[in-house]
Amino acid sequence: MSEVTLVEAVNLALARAMEDDPDVVVLGEDVGINGGVFRATVGLQARFGPERVLDTPLAELLISGLCVGMAAQGLKPVGEIQFMGFLYPCIDQLVNHASRIRNRTQGRLTCPMVLRTPHGAGIRAPEHHSESTEAMLAHIPGLRVVIPSSPERAYGLLLAAIRDPDPVVFLEPTRIYRAAKGEVDDNGEALPLDVAFVLREGRDVTLISWGAMLKETMAGADALVADGIAAEVIDLATLKPYDEATVLGSVAKTGRCVIVHEATRTGGFGAEIAALIAERALTSLLAPVARVTGYDTVIPMARLEQHMMPSVGRIVTAARKACQYS
Amino acid sequence: MASKKMADGGLPVIARFEVRHRNYIAPDGSIKRPLPAFASDAGLLTALYRAMMLLRNFDRKAVALQRTGRLGTYAVSLGQEAVSVGVASAMREEDVLLPSYRDNGALIWRGVKLEEILLFWGGDERGNCFSGPLEDFPFCVPVGSQAPQAAGVAYAFKLRKQPRVAVCMFGDGATSKGDVYEAMNFAGVHKLPVVFVATNNQWAISVPLRLQTGCETLAQKAIAAGFIGEEVDGSDVVAIRAAAEAAIAAARDGQGPRFIEAVTYRLGDHTTSDDALRYRSADEVQARWKEEPITRLRSYLVGQKMWSKAQEEQLAAECHERVEAAVERYLATEPRRPESMFDHLYADLPEVYAAQRRELAGDGDV
Ligand SMILES: Cc1ncc(C[n+]2csc(CCOP(=O)(O)OP(=O)(O)O)c2C)c(N)n1
Repeated sequence: MSEVTLVEAVNLALARAMEDDPDVVVLGEDVGINGGVFRATVGLQARFGPERVLDTPLAELLISGLCVGMAAQGLKPVGEIQFMGFLYPCIDQLVNHASRIRNRTQGRLTCPMVLRTPHGAGIRAPEHHSESTEAMLAHIPGLRVVIPSSPERAYGLLLAAIRDPDPVVFLEPTRIYRAAKGEVDDNGEALPLDVAFVLREGRDVTLISWGAMLKETMAGADALVADGIAAEVIDLATLKPYDEATVLGSVAKTGRCVIVHEATRTGGFGAEIAALIAERALTSLLAPVARVTGYDTVIPMARLEQHMMPSVGRIVTAARKACQYS
Repeated sequence: MASKKMADGGLPVIARFEVRHRNYIAPDGSIKRPLPAFASDAGLLTALYRAMMLLRNFDRKAVALQRTGRLGTYAVSLGQEAVSVGVASAMREEDVLLPSYRDNGALIWRGVKLEEILLFWGGDERGNCFSGPLEDFPFCVPVGSQAPQAAGVAYAFKLRKQPRVAVCMFGDGATSKGDVYEAMNFAGVHKLPVVFVATNNQWAISVPLRLQTGCETLAQKAIAAGFIGEEVDGSDVVAIRAAAEAAIAAARDGQGPRFIEAVTYRLGDHTTSDDALRYRSADEVQARWKEEPITRLRSYLVGQKMWSKAQEEQLAAECHERVEAAVERYLATEPRRPESMFDHLYADLPEVYAAQRRELAGDGDV
């Protein structure tokens, strides 16, 4: 076992998947000799050749459409979109084809593809590079939406995504690409999709988040200890379909819930979780469900972006408020 | 154009391109140039004729079903039967077709059952199950979006060194979309075994070709992607078949992609929800009836003594019987159970959606 960054874990998983399965093909802009703009694909072309690690023309719709065609032929394409702000041309292929070709053809054709892209703000990138529009994707039937929050989960979940027989959008938290380090055993073992990870157990309040924002969420849980509050922290990891049972089980135990995401509030995925809890766990609630989210504004450029993203302070305040109820 | 001369300023020409036009049989059935070898095969020519006739009969019936509330919106091929039939006839079974919503002629040639097409337009996903080649793509409704998929299919063929060709069909409107250019560009870069066929029926719903493109031909769009584009008389099934045969053979042979612009005319409405008289005159349509592909081939076949009145009568009866039998099977198809809408959503239905499935099925408490 060795200590790697999250982006290195992505690289390890890609290499492992390509080694294990000759049908795995990596494609995208600059993924070849350059190893991708974040170096997620570094070394793969030298190892697996330019036919399986393919530099595409600069055309995002094409990348997603190629993936659909390749996948329908039984390849396992892993497309890379350089930044989530450039994923939007792929939405047509994701909504209208990738996610529903199995359904449209009643299983005659399938789409075992993965589309990877960096996710979220906080890296002082130019405009359009800091998107967190996961809720848009999680709304699409037939798709899987996965966001790892550590090198270990990036490795295991990406392997699972590549092996999954259905299309997966794999959102990689840009802010912790290199900041998150951890032990990863490159043993080819996948982690389960559709399952939330309980990162920390607690009885007083449930904190739910995903991706890079778990860093602040965990720090918030640490800070709450001083108040005598034991927070349970859940990494949702797969947003579509998401692990309702773990969410409901935790809220039944704690009676309080704070959902943390950096995406804008209105129609964000936190709203979905809050609605689930209102429908199915209202009687166990001791306080209103709270959301700590990005504000309903365009993600500001570098100088202001940290003010949009939830801070440890906002998380702690929301959790304290929940705990002061009743 | 004097101004053009001046603008050239004596600069050297570094590239020139040309677009060829292919046509063998004139609207009156006469021959314009020596026919390709396959045209001496009376069996094949009459098979093409039969397929076009079947399609026209099928279309007529489908419209009648729609008008009487037994079918949803339907897109007819009236006037452009030669394109999809001709193209499909040049494909091998192991090739993969990526059709648009109007390519019934190709689907039927490749073995898709008439009742499956009715099921699709009747609102039942089982219509896309296809009894034909199992790797063919379903009807594509978002215009042009099948083109990048075709490039992906062709890339898979190339990667696996399979001698197969992807054939992608779309309309003239689709050529305005980036999807099509992105796909052609990539296919050109990698010399992929894919043939793009644009059925230029002059109209994208109400928008005429002159508002769709400033190009003289659609065929020249291939030039920007680095391969040959050919303009073909799309009402001459012999020309379509010959062009498709040549393009598919070249693609299979590793020579890379080709683009075929099949110039034809949509004699009918865009779909059963459209009224073409809102945007074009009856006179225009009337004039175009003189060029349509079925009469044209019949005139040729009759002139060559390859086709007789008796055969024509027999074919009419056969078409009627086939179509009626398919309609009967379509109408007798039991609807799917509502909860079956979840059956092919994922390979394994996640429990959260399995609960919704149970709710829809009325299975107890959820
Ligand atoms: C992306 C997209 N935009 C709009 C439509 C609605 N629409 C359906 S058919 C059509 C015209 C297409 O014209 P063309 O590509 O020439 O094909 P044709 O119908 O003539 O066969 C339009 C605009 C669509 N299906 N897909």
